[in-house]
Amino acid sequence: MQLADQLREARTHKDILLMTHLVLGYPSFAVNREVIRQMVANGVDMIELQIPFSEPMADGPMIIKANQEAIANGTKVADCLAFAEEMAAKYKIPFLFMTYYNIPFKYGLRDFLHKAREIGIRGCIIPDLPPEEGEEYLGLAKEFALAPIQIFAPTSTEERMRTLAGHGDGFIYCVARRGVTGSKTEFDASFDAYLSRCRKATDLPLAVGFGISSREDVQILTGKADLAVIGTATIRLVEEKGPEAVGPFIAGLIRHPHKS
Amino acid sequence: MNNPENKPGYFGQWGGAYIPEVLYETFRELKEVYAKAKTDPAFWQEYLALMSSYSCRPTPLTHAENLSRHFGGAQIFIKREDLNHTGAHKANNVMGQGLLVKRMGKTRVIAETGAGQHGVACATMAAKFGFACTIYMGEEDVQRQRPNVFWMEKLGATVIPVTTGSRTLKDAINEAFRDWVSNMDTTHYVMGTVCGPHPFPEMVAWFQSIIGQEARVQILAAHGRLPARVYACVGGGSNAMGIFQGFLADPEVELIGVEAGGKGLETGQHAARLASQDASPGVAQGYKTMFLQDADGQMRDTHSVAAGLDYIGVSPLLTDLWEKGRVRFAAATDQEVMAALDLTIKKEGIIPALESTHAFVQAFKEAGELNCEQAVIINQSGRGDKDIFTIAHAFDDPSWKDFIRKKGEEYAAR
Repeated sequence: MQLADQLREARTHKDILLMTHLVLGYPSFAVNREVIRQMVANGVDMIELQIPFSEPMADGPMIIKANQEAIANGTKVADCLAFAEEMAAKYKIPFLFMTYYNIPFKYGLRDFLHKAREIGIRGCIIPDLPPEEGEEYLGLAKEFALAPIQIFAPTSTEERMRTLAGHGDGFIYCVARRGVTGSKTEFDASFDAYLSRCRKATDLPLAVGFGISSREDVQILTGKADLAVIGTATIRLVEEKGPEAVGPFIAGLIRHPHKS
Repeated sequence: MNNPENKPGYFGQWGGAYIPEVLYETFRELKEVYAKAKTDPAFWQEYLALMSSYSCRPTPLTHAENLSRHFGGAQIFIKREDLNHTGAHKANNVMGQGLLVKRMGKTRVIAETGAGQHGVACATMAAKFGFACTIYMGEEDVQRQRPNVFWMEKLGATVIPVTTGSRTLKDAINEAFRDWVSNMDTTHYVMGTVCGPHPFPEMVAWFQSIIGQEARVQILAAHGRLPARVYACVGGGSNAMGIFQGFLADPEVELIGVEAGGKGLETGQHAARLASQDASPGVAQGYKTMFLQDADGQMRDTHSVAAGLDYIGVSPLLTDLWEKGRVRFAAATDQEVMAALDLTIKKEGIIPALESTHAFVQAFKEAGELNCEQAVIINQSGRGDKDIFTIAHAFDDPSWKDFIRKKGEEYAAR
């Protein structure tokens, strides 16, 4: 099933879906493995695997540190691919790659996307590759049936959103606010107006990320978005309390009544 | 394959605008304001008037007679960008962008800086135009360029030491972008060099073209014909693009870019992207060029005695000119730079910045190949006397070290 349809189908059973994120190789693949096990066991619907890059321009301090330390620990792109293959084979939920464009560019764009497809990855998020620069990527993603996730920002005009949606598949990643990953987001009237603009621009499922860290945040998004994205919060949690804290945290986020 | 040759912001296959979506509208506005300014003759007139009254334009072209005689070859001319206000060619770019900021109605500027030259120039511009100013500077560079930090702060700027990554120029650029994605409504990012996403490379090159325009007129007046060769150091490449643009249309003028050879190309501790075999095509910091990176695409640590040349990437305009064979690239080692600096000070009474001295090294190596009827121009992008801490340290000067020790004791005793 296409990723978008699969997410729509999953939404018929839940009020909101959860996508989580982690940086591969940070603090180690062993910890990544345990964190993913707990995420899946506690009902996470999709996981974004970030392949570390030395210049993570769109990320905040926590994820920058994770990128740097993963690389310093000797994490190679090949290790990330092997790990992703293992996870995609083990769990049924969809896995995505998130990384900056230089990683697939240097690997060889066609080879990278072909490989991603072969190991069971369902789509890619590349925050520094707007569609104007991504013609080749968008074409190859289509060829390999990978969803090239497009990103909406609060600064995107309606016209721009429609253009982006036309290039996207799977779902749209709506950046909740300006700035980088990891700081708090205010959910005010302008946020609601932004989400309705997003909704109007596309039929694809909407994921909202940047600064989503609590059960309250997820509740606010319920009914407005299809997916809540938890990024920095779990990385911080693993750092402070260890991987065993992830399961209870995730369970607490989504203890919502099922649709009857 | 698509054909990027026709895409805006590309120079051959290099350049582009690899930006996060949140900045799309900001770049659209910047491109619009820049395009309007470029077609408005009054804008360039305003710019020239500002540069002649506030900076020192036109900067002179000095005939270095003693050095010419010393090498017994070409007549050596030096384009004196060091005589700009704030001591380097960086003023040309920041004043131009400052005028654009006024047109955009923004009230705050941010910038990255390596050696601190661009930071000081930007803080100066902000003081003059009444903008708030934040400068991002790698922690390592804050340590080695303390006097520039002092001046930036005195000029009213907030200097933020960057502790991520290698704590140098590239990390300062990342941090400036992170600020910009939060504050784009009020804030303009004054990119300091001919790198980054479109329209920065083209726009900064436009402001710096003033160097080449003047140099061409000046060498014809002083020497009666075009120079055989023009030398410029290349970090990001803004002073080089500035002077080269005056001669790009003259195929008889050879253009030479000189990169940081650091401890020697064979050691791997250098910042030579185009003069070494170590760089490969990549996309980072918003643009495509030749980067010093590993097989996975992770950026490598670079090294140079000159903070302003210590950078992983290079202007897409220069990479294109290199690929097309129009600009030749060479590298100068830290050691060669110190020898050339010493010679230039002694022979001409001129103190080039460590960055600029890289261009002198290559010109000195080649001067003897030419005859005394031929001329070469070296672009002296900045002055070295304000880098006294760095240069005294690089010379390992005993009386200076003694002075610093005594100053330290004096402050400690208070």
